[in-house]
Amino acid sequence: MKVHECDAREIFRRHGLPVPDWRVASTADEAAQAASAFEWPVVIKAQVLAGGRGKAGGVKLADSPAEAAAAATQILDLNIGSEPVRRVLVAPAVDIARELYLGVVIDRTAQSLVLMASAEGGVDIEEVAATNPSAIVRVNVDPVVGLPDWEARQLGFGLGLSGAQVHQFVRIARGLVEAFVDVDAALAEVNPLVVDAEGNLQAIDAKLNIDDNALGRQPDIEQLRDPHEESAAERRARAAGLSYIKLDGTIGCMVNGAGLAMATMDVIKHYGGEPANFLDVGGGAGVEKITTAFELILEDPNVRAVLVNIFAGITRADDVAAGVIAARERLAQQVPLVVRVAGTREAEALELLDSAGIGAERSMDSAAALVVEAAR
Amino acid sequence: MSILLDASARLLVQGMTGSQGSFHARLMREAGTQVVAGVTPGRAGASVAGLEDVPIFNTVAEAVEATNANAACIFVPAAFAADAILEDAAAGLDVIVCLTEGIPVLDMLRVMPRVRASGAHLIGPNCPGVTTPADGVKVGVMPWAVHTPGHVGVVSRSGTLTYEVVQHLTDMGAGQTTTVGIGGDPVIGTRFIDVLSMFEADSETHGVVLLGEIGGDDEERAATYIQERMTKPVTSFIAGKTAPPERRMGHAGAIVSGTSGSATAKEAALTAAGVLVGETPEHAARLLVDRLR
Repeated sequence: MKVHECDAREIFRRHGLPVPDWRVASTADEAAQAASAFEWPVVIKAQVLAGGRGKAGGVKLADSPAEAAAAATQILDLNIGSEPVRRVLVAPAVDIARELYLGVVIDRTAQSLVLMASAEGGVDIEEVAATNPSAIVRVNVDPVVGLPDWEARQLGFGLGLSGAQVHQFVRIARGLVEAFVDVDAALAEVNPLVVDAEGNLQAIDAKLNIDDNALGRQPDIEQLRDPHEESAAERRARAAGLSYIKLDGTIGCMVNGAGLAMATMDVIKHYGGEPANFLDVGGGAGVEKITTAFELILEDPNVRAVLVNIFAGITRADDVAAGVIAARERLAQQVPLVVRVAGTREAEALELLDSAGIGAERSMDSAAALVVEAAR
Repeated sequence: MSILLDASARLLVQGMTGSQGSFHARLMREAGTQVVAGVTPGRAGASVAGLEDVPIFNTVAEAVEATNANAACIFVPAAFAADAILEDAAAGLDVIVCLTEGIPVLDMLRVMPRVRASGAHLIGPNCPGVTTPADGVKVGVMPWAVHTPGHVGVVSRSGTLTYEVVQHLTDMGAGQTTTVGIGGDPVIGTRFIDVLSMFEADSETHGVVLLGEIGGDDEERAATYIQERMTKPVTSFIAGKTAPPERRMGHAGAIVSGTSGSATAKEAALTAAGVLVGETPEHAARLLVDRLR
């Protein structure tokens, strides 16, 4: 789950990061009013979960209430990565001497946290990683021990900081690691971490993603969920215990298991089609669940044919077949349907489907080829 | 021969009194696994239908003491699963198979140093388990019927995709030594390289099918290992070529972020290491069968 900048700022500040004051506004008037509380100029920033906000024109400076209102109007009119801007953050503009990068993520290989720092802040860190990897310094951090002062100091000196700045940096780096652990983050990032004209460090941006698996024990963070992060269909799927992601193709997919669901999409593509979605119905496949899955797939107007691909291990294939038949009877909308079932009670399933007049396949490859043909 | 588990496996099931635990404990026993104990805190002395002769203990230590269990299968909910792994590691079990999906990644980071120090092989979490057909040993939830004894090793990050490929192998007359589902989470106990090295050392295994997916770089690391160390043929299928970036595809670990974790990069690394990469799961099985012919 992604957290908005304004909420991430609050969390970072709680962990001792020097985040300058800010206000949030959802209209131009509010933005102008909020700006008047600060010294000029102010910065106005779109509050969206998508990246690439600066390049999309979502960050502007303003030197007066009128400019603030105009900038907010423009930003609130934007769509950034198909996400409409609903709110802006207003904060005093900082006189920037240097821009650094600081981030914490999970290091899957080392099986620890990794703190990443770079003297090349303010730009896309992925780009720095690709073009100048040596500009990023990495320190593995044991989440139980935390970041030792000496290691933070070493990093700070390495970034070219000196004197009081190093002490500030140690506090910031440790605070960011603590915040990460405290909220079960998947990513915590300050980009840029700036040195201002007086030589002090300030965290003028905040990015925070949370481990979805930990939301159950992070009720305060769950409260911060932006309902717009998911589409209505994705939200409905989650509530029904389905994992659904809409794509741009014409062939709806219903599969059990994430790996097989991805493979099914790939095989459709291999036979010349385009998948309309990723959909993992998970284990067990009652009529209700299958009906919801069909509804989600058929709500997408691009869908011209549907492939159901079930490899029954724990699930019984004949149960799935019965579910498919019942769901199909309930649904008014009919599109070509190809069902592939294999595994436990496969023969019974094929018989059921056959008697209901639904084409059934035993192999995933032949089913994919068939559904691609049907969607043409 | 096989890897990880053989006929000497004596299994304890954590969460055996639950519906999942009891259902699968029965299936594991039907496959031939020696299910010797169940553990559910506070339920010592309870009895599970169909497994009346399997004693239930409050703690793993008691179960090991009484039954000489050397392997565990964990069916407990995500909030308690990390603790269950720690309990198994502390009790000195050799193999711990954790099926549980949804364990917070920080919990796994905290658990892994203890697991490594204990010397246990942790399989998973979020995995379908381990199956060794020739020995009649199945720990986890893989469908027994798709397996047949033979000389192919299978290692996979996925569940149903594994069954798909094992079924193809079986249909093509290529049985399996051991099938290992290592799990779809970002932080797991046993990784591709660990399993590949076991298959390389196992005289009965003649070739390996590796089923990867988007996210992380374990496939790339496996490619390096295969190139430098493996003498046996390996074929592969990588799921997620059509997955959009920055979206978690069901598995917590299956996400392409920025430039890392793409299926294309994994396929390229494996191909460069001499691995034959299949266009479809069936194709990957076919490629190995042809190589072993």
